[in-house]
Amino acid sequence: MAFNLPMPGKRFVIGVPYVWLFVFFLLPFSILLYISFVDMGNDISPFKPIWDHQTGLLKLKYENYWTIFVAQEEGSHLFQTIYIEAYFRSIWYALATAVLCLLIGYPFSYFIARSKPSVRPALLMMVMLPFWTSFLLRVYAWKGILADQGVINQMLMSLGLISEPIQMLYTDVSLLVGMTYVYLPFMVLPLYANLVKMDFRLLEAAYDLGSTPLKAFWLVTVPLSKAGIIAGFMLVFIPCVGEFVIPSLLGGPENIMIGRVVWDEMFTSNNWPRASALAVVMIGLIVIPLAIYYHYTGDAAEPRQ
Amino acid sequence: MANAESKDNYLVTEKLVKRFDEAVAVDEVNLSIKKGEIFALLGSSGCGKSTLLRMLAGFEKPTSGRILLAGQDVASLAPYDRPFNMMFQSYALFPHLDIWENIAFGLKREGLPKNDIQQRVGEMLDLVQLGPYAKRKPHQLSGGQQQRVALARSLAKKPKVLLLDEPLGALDKKLREQTQFELVNIVEKVGVTCVMVTHDQEEAMTMAGRIAVMSKGRVLQVGSPQEIYEYPSTRFVADFIGSVNMLDGKLSVDETDHCAVQTAIGEIHVGHSISGTVGMPVAVAVRPEKVSIGKQAPAGLSRNLFTGKVKEIAYFGSYNTYIVVTPQGTRMKITEPNGSHLDLLDITWEDNVYFWWDDTDALVLRN
Repeated sequence: MAFNLPMPGKRFVIGVPYVWLFVFFLLPFSILLYISFVDMGNDISPFKPIWDHQTGLLKLKYENYWTIFVAQEEGSHLFQTIYIEAYFRSIWYALATAVLCLLIGYPFSYFIARSKPSVRPALLMMVMLPFWTSFLLRVYAWKGILADQGVINQMLMSLGLISEPIQMLYTDVSLLVGMTYVYLPFMVLPLYANLVKMDFRLLEAAYDLGSTPLKAFWLVTVPLSKAGIIAGFMLVFIPCVGEFVIPSLLGGPENIMIGRVVWDEMFTSNNWPRASALAVVMIGLIVIPLAIYYHYTGDAAEPRQ
Repeated sequence: MANAESKDNYLVTEKLVKRFDEAVAVDEVNLSIKKGEIFALLGSSGCGKSTLLRMLAGFEKPTSGRILLAGQDVASLAPYDRPFNMMFQSYALFPHLDIWENIAFGLKREGLPKNDIQQRVGEMLDLVQLGPYAKRKPHQLSGGQQQRVALARSLAKKPKVLLLDEPLGALDKKLREQTQFELVNIVEKVGVTCVMVTHDQEEAMTMAGRIAVMSKGRVLQVGSPQEIYEYPSTRFVADFIGSVNMLDGKLSVDETDHCAVQTAIGEIHVGHSISGTVGMPVAVAVRPEKVSIGKQAPAGLSRNLFTGKVKEIAYFGSYNTYIVVTPQGTRMKITEPNGSHLDLLDITWEDNVYFWWDDTDALVLRN
């Protein structure tokens, strides 16, 4: 099949992102949406067609969504389902990770942005260096550090500070440590890009007008880096909500996040429609903060003097 | 008596030195600035004027020396503890705050009551005539308006000393001339002692009461614009301020009321004495506008009269500039106001002309 475009060069360039988004986002998402509204299949196919051949009727199955929000067991409340709990837990861990990344990443970025221009590339390289090793290996390494017989516990015991190993692996601690560690560069890079552009004379102006360095930081540096903070926060928060690998390696049974639930529905229960419905709801949960993000970056993109 | 002295020596720097690694940016600068005057630090870029201003503001710590404000050493005070406020080059207005908040920034840090802040910001907005713009962001204002916001912000805290860093540097030429007077009026109305830094001699001369000419970290001369222009103390100052014909030579006569210098174009008589020895190398400085030019030699003049050939003529509207080359090859720049002598208009390229000046119009400078 040949494309017949009047201005192939221009249209092609403009068209590439659209084609990309259509093939790799809109199409899969439509399939996902479709599956989320059909019945579970029999042994051969994982889901039934939406078109009932016998009756000739179009049948949307809302139960896939219904079961996410409404408890099936007797005596439990409306929204008390394992799915809702998993959503909330995911959002909570993602928020906590984003906050931790911000608290660690801000001084990090500030330091790099304030260092001599000649050493900045080296420092940025060090931020990105972990990407050169496999993501899985890096997460596994934390197992070795946090385990009962791991580096930290052994050191504390040999120092005599503790007699029994502290349970760190498979807890909130290990989960948050792992996620914060992995996602930190996503916070540092946009923050750095923002902070490095900041006019140092604005801080001098603040000192000159009677601000102590701490006050000047809070009243000038932080507000001016708002766009960087939001960008970094979203870049960490959004992928963290759906994070699957880190919780399954470092998290315990208490820390089941929505990614794991979708996996279980898909491969353990073989319930593709419900897994799809869960994924659609999760996308909704992510699109809302994204919309807020774009609202704010649009705001921050106003021209500066 | 003591009061008068403290008024004359309101802001004093004593042997102020700033070294960056091994480079000396400011070298033993002694200045005393009077209360209420506008004092300009004038020099080309890299002469140390900005470093000196930054030391006054507290952004740079002096390597040695003292900064005294009304007798108190302030050199060790942090910028936020110093009763000095600065108007920054290209203003450094806070882009995330509106005009009102920019001006209120310093007042809020003082912890003033809300009403007082409201009132003071209102006064400042009136002073710079920007009341209607209070809720705008800096980038929504023109360059001239931003400059006035910066001035209002630096005056809001009623500083003892106002520091201006190239106050008009970011404005275009037309706006600059208009703003010069506006700025001086406002500063004089407020009555604040003001130290400004500029590389533009015209700006320094129109705005400042006194000027310190700086070069290579040192102050070469301090004086009123007239003193500096008419009586430059060194070759550098004469060259830097305005334009000048510099004629090198040797001192040939040195009497109590006059002296003479033997130069390439002949002996030049100068109507002031110089404490030196006959034969020492000196230079005679003559401003182009002090030199007269004509096709005929004026009657009865025997000294400081020379001849040459017109090589270039430039018409500047209100005045003409002639470049005359003497038989010895010395180039002289001569300017004449337009309409002073009608016969000047007859002078054209390659004409042989006379040029002359009075004894009192030239200055002998040591090398």
